[in-house]
Amino acid sequence: MPAKMATRGLSVWYGSKRAIQDVTLDVEENAVTALIGPSGCGKSTFLRTLNRMNDLVEGCRVEGVVTLDGEDVYGRDVDAVAVRRRVGMVFQKSNPFPRSIFENVAFGLRIAGMRDRQTLAARVEESLRDAALWDEVKDRLGDSALALSGGQQQRLCIARALAVRPEVVLMDEPASALDPIATARIEELIRELKRRYTIVIVTHSMQQAARVSDFTAFFYMGELVEYGPTERIFTRPIQKRTEEYITGRFG
Amino acid sequence: MTPVNETGDAAAAGAPDPAVPPRDHDESEAADVPRRKSRRLADSFRTPWTHRLVERAVAAVAWTAIVAIAFIFVFVAREAIPLLYERHEDGSFRLVDLFAPRQWPGYDAPVYVWQPVGTPEKFNVVPLFVGTLKVTVLAMLLSVPLGVGCAMYVSQYASRRVREIVKPVIELLASLPSVVLGFFALIVLASSMQAVFGFRFRLNATVAAVALSLAIVPVVFTVTEDALSSVPRSLHEAAIALGARKYQTTLRVVIPAALPGIAAAIILGFGRAIGETMIVLMASGNAATLAPFDPTTSVRTVTATIAAELGEVARGEPHWRVLFLLGLMLFALTFLLNLAGGLIVRRLHRRLTASAT
Repeated sequence: MPAKMATRGLSVWYGSKRAIQDVTLDVEENAVTALIGPSGCGKSTFLRTLNRMNDLVEGCRVEGVVTLDGEDVYGRDVDAVAVRRRVGMVFQKSNPFPRSIFENVAFGLRIAGMRDRQTLAARVEESLRDAALWDEVKDRLGDSALALSGGQQQRLCIARALAVRPEVVLMDEPASALDPIATARIEELIRELKRRYTIVIVTHSMQQAARVSDFTAFFYMGELVEYGPTERIFTRPIQKRTEEYITGRFG
Repeated sequence: MTPVNETGDAAAAGAPDPAVPPRDHDESEAADVPRRKSRRLADSFRTPWTHRLVERAVAAVAWTAIVAIAFIFVFVAREAIPLLYERHEDGSFRLVDLFAPRQWPGYDAPVYVWQPVGTPEKFNVVPLFVGTLKVTVLAMLLSVPLGVGCAMYVSQYASRRVREIVKPVIELLASLPSVVLGFFALIVLASSMQAVFGFRFRLNATVAAVALSLAIVPVVFTVTEDALSSVPRSLHEAAIALGARKYQTTLRVVIPAALPGIAAAIILGFGRAIGETMIVLMASGNAATLAPFDPTTSVRTVTATIAAELGEVARGEPHWRVLFLLGLMLFALTFLLNLAGGLIVRRLHRRLTASAT
C-alpha cells in the first residue's frame, strides 16, 4: 500500500536555525502515526510542515519533498489552501472562534463557499456526531462555543476540522491541556476516526502514543531517530536513544 | 468508557492525600529545629509606613483628576445657570430663542440665527451644533475607513519592515499640533481643494473635515491596529488550517474578534473630532449657516465659537453666559457619547467572551 503522505529528505529552517534535518518518513493511510520526542525536538515543526502551516512563519524555509498521494505539497503550482483543505489540523490549545457552536463547525464549509442551509446543517450534525459531541450540544447549537468545557471545546475543534472532510488530520498534542477523563475521550475518538481518516498526532505522553497509535516516530534534535510499528518501538527499539527515551532516562 | 471514568475519579480523589503527609513532615521537622527568637505577629500586621505613604500619594493623584473634572463642570455650570432665572429688563434675551426659530425684525420668516453682535443679539445654538455635527460626521466618514483600512493593512498584510516604517509615521501625525494642521488647511488645502472641486466658498465644511481627518486618522489607526494585533494568533491559525484565505481570515475572524477595540477607536475618534477647536476655527470659514446636508457651505462649530468669542464679551452678559452654556452642552454631549460608547464596547465584548448562559 502506498503511503498517504510521505517526506523525503525534509529539512526545515527558521532563519539560520535548522529545526528539522533530513527526515524521510511514510505516513500510512487509515492509521495513527504518533510523533514523540523531547520538547524542541522538531516534532511540531514537522507536523506543521505537512499542511504548510509553516508558510505563515516569517523566515521559515523548507527543503526536500512532502507528498500527499504522491503529489508534491510544496510544488510550484500548488495552492497551500488546497493542501490545508485536504490536510486538517487540531491544535494543542483548543481555539474555537468566539461564535456559536454551529458557526464554528460551519466555518470551514462557509469559507469554501457552501451556502445551502440544509446541507450546512446536515454536515454540522454529521461532524459533531463524528467528534462524539452531538448529544451534548444538539439542544444549544446557537450558544457560544466558549461556554463549553475544555474537553468539549477540543472536540468541537475536531468536529470543525472534520467538517471540511479532510483526508489527513494532524493533531498537535490535542489532549495535553485536558484532564484524564477528557483525554480518554479524545483518545477513544482518535481510535474511532482512524477508520476513515489518516491521523498524525504529536504527543508528549509516551503512554498516549502507545495507546492510540499504530506507528511511532521518535524525533530527537530535529532528526528522525527511529520509526516503526508502535508495538515494536515500545518493546524492541533498535536505537539506543529511543530505548533511553521510552524508558524515561531523558526527555 | 466507565472503567476509565472510575480510575480517573479515583486518581483525582486520591490526589490530595499524598500531598498531606509532606506538610506534616515539614512541621515536625520545624519543631526539632531550635526556634528563632519569636516575633509577635501583631508587629507585622501593618504594611510599612513608607508603602502606605506611597499608596496614598498615588491615590491622591488619581483623585486629583476626578476632582479637577468636577471643578471644571461646576465652574462652567455656575456661569451658565443664571441664564435660567436672570431677568433681562429690556426683554432682548429669551431662553426659548436659544433653541427655537424666531422671526426677527427685518426677517420674512422665523429663522435659526447665531448673530451675537447684531442688534438685537441673536443666540440660536442650533446652527452651531448642526455645524459641529456636520464637520464631525464628515470627518468620521473620511477617517474611519482610512484609519481602519490602514490598521488592517499594517497589522495583517504588511511585512515587518513596512510595518516598522508606516506605524511610527502615522503616529507622528498624531503628535502634530492642531494649529499646524489648521494652518496647512487654511493656506494649502483650501486653495487646492477649491481648484479641484470648484467650491463656492474657499473655507468650508469639507476642507475642515479633511483637515480634521488628519488629526483623527492616527487615533483611529492606533487603537484599531492595537485591537487587530491583539487577536490571538491561535484564532488566526485555526482559520488558516481550515483552508481560509488571508482575506477570509481577516474579514471573518480577525475583525469580528477585534470589534470591541474598533468600536472604541471610532468613539475615541468621534470624541476627538467633536472637541477639536483650532483646526475647525482656521479651516471651516466660521459662518453659522444652517445647511445640514450641504458639505460645501462654511460652518461654525461650537468649539470654534467659544474660542473665538469668549475673549470679546463682557463678563456676566447673556452672550458670556450662552458661551458657557455651549460649553456645558458640549460637555454633556461628550459625556453621553462616552457612556454610550462604553456600553457598546461592553456589549460587543460580552458577546465575544462570556458564556451564553
